[in-house]
Amino acid sequence: MALSRDAVRQIALLARLELTEEELDAQVEHMNALLAQFEKLQELDVTGVEPTAHAFPVYNVMREDRCRPSLPREVVLANAPEQRAGCFVVPSILEGA
Amino acid sequence: MLEYEPVIGMECHAELLTESKMFCGCQNAFGGEPNTRCCPVCLGLPGALPVANRKAVEHVIRTALALNCTINRYARFDRKNYYYPDLPKGYQISEYDTPIGVRGWIDIEVNGEVRRVHIRRVHLEEDTGKLFHGMGNESYVDYNRAGVPLMEIVTDFPPDLHSAEEARTYLVKLRAILTYLDVCDGRMEQGSLRCEPNVSVRPKGSSTFGVKTEIKNLNSFRSVYRGIEYETQRQIEILRRGEQVVQETRGWNEERQQTFSQRSKEFEQEYRYFPDPDLLPLDIDEEWIAQIRATMPELPDERRNRFLRDYGLPPYDASFLTETRPLADYYEQVVRACGDAKQASNWVMGDLSRLLNADGKEIAECPVPPEHLAVMIQRIAEGTISGKIAKALLEEMYATGQPPDVLIEARGWTTIKDTATLSAMIDRVFAENADVVSAIREKGQLQKRGFLVGQVMKASQGKADPKEVNRLIDEKLNA
Repeated sequence: MALSRDAVRQIALLARLELTEEELDAQVEHMNALLAQFEKLQELDVTGVEPTAHAFPVYNVMREDRCRPSLPREVVLANAPEQRAGCFVVPSILEGA
Repeated sequence: MLEYEPVIGMECHAELLTESKMFCGCQNAFGGEPNTRCCPVCLGLPGALPVANRKAVEHVIRTALALNCTINRYARFDRKNYYYPDLPKGYQISEYDTPIGVRGWIDIEVNGEVRRVHIRRVHLEEDTGKLFHGMGNESYVDYNRAGVPLMEIVTDFPPDLHSAEEARTYLVKLRAILTYLDVCDGRMEQGSLRCEPNVSVRPKGSSTFGVKTEIKNLNSFRSVYRGIEYETQRQIEILRRGEQVVQETRGWNEERQQTFSQRSKEFEQEYRYFPDPDLLPLDIDEEWIAQIRATMPELPDERRNRFLRDYGLPPYDASFLTETRPLADYYEQVVRACGDAKQASNWVMGDLSRLLNADGKEIAECPVPPEHLAVMIQRIAEGTISGKIAKALLEEMYATGQPPDVLIEARGWTTIKDTATLSAMIDRVFAENADVVSAIREKGQLQKRGFLVGQVMKASQGKADPKEVNRLIDEKLNA
């Protein structure tokens, strides 16, 4: 199962990556090579094996419901490209209203 | 003309009542200065690791049990990936194919008929931050809400709800259950309980389904009702014109009482769910479930039945009073202190609710403590004050927070029962209305008697004991 150029373009969009046409070509080749590696795994017989999401049989790792100090606001906003009124500023999101 | 009926599914989100957020120790509270309840975990800074809040998990198990769900023994956290400025990590932690609760139901009563509304799933996730729009070409983001534990409750397909009233009743019932469980405060106006109905219409009696739209920004029971009504009519009109309904998300405009197309999504979202490697799965075994079951509070239906049985209330009163836990608690405190269930119900449902509504307050913020209302009811029963005075008294109690006895004393509102005083008042009224008195005495126009009673009550500013006044007037007329 090979990925088409359009599929890779779509994946790049979902990952918010801007690729030039050359980079796109390189990615098509690279990702298809990667998928071929995974296809090897399909050969294994996994009948009766439950899908696993985690490597360890460890469950119910939880914390008690207690507050801990938050960061000072200037630290929270330190990475904001723009800030105003204690908020992160982003380009407006059209809601159609 | 072809008749249409709406088919309604409900997706509700409830912010859970916990001290701290879902995966970190930041405070979970409404409001606050923007971006003051944030840390590396809820901001999604590199290297930060989430740990699940036990109380939030138990709130969801508790709710799922109350909604008659089957509990999935194995429940796992997944990442729902999408880009939006209110989502700092670029994904929301949620539960995709292993929700904590599945296949439950809520029974609702519509027009005296019990209807079962099936629930498809109850799962745990985290809330997003808040966006403030309308600053020209900028939006502001506050991440205080990001990472607050959020429970999603979705009705089953095919939907059981077929009118705006049924949908509203379902939501009222769901809110009652959540507030009784103390897992959510149910404040729709603050967004701690949010509801996104999806609506489609089809020819009445048909078993097919039309194209559905989802309605957002509904922040009261009323707007849920109005939004569904509006959307139903809009879709019927489209179909009657021979056009097609477009599948989309529509926002509710409260001022215009209309829905409008929200074209924020340009293409179908691909969420690319996958298990969150940072969080280990839950194993919800029988023992854990039994522990939670053992601490389940009385639920709205059980309480309503108890009110019918123990207090002899009419069904309407019992339903009204058990709609929220604080209201039912308040009522029971009044009954315990005054001993008259029906009078307590009349005052709580009548004058007190009217005062609260006019003031935009919930029962929890009521300035009249239940003990005060109970004393007032006792004073009426003893004949110290009349029912009419009691109405004015309750308004004063509400405005001042003072106990009834203090106000009765200060205002001189005690009922006048003293025969000599009443007799003198009646004599004065008789003298001022001699024509009426003679019409009754000589022409037997008994219908005019009520006028005299009214005049005496008026002269006493409502304080005369009506029973005594009636007795004395009869005595004097027959003298």
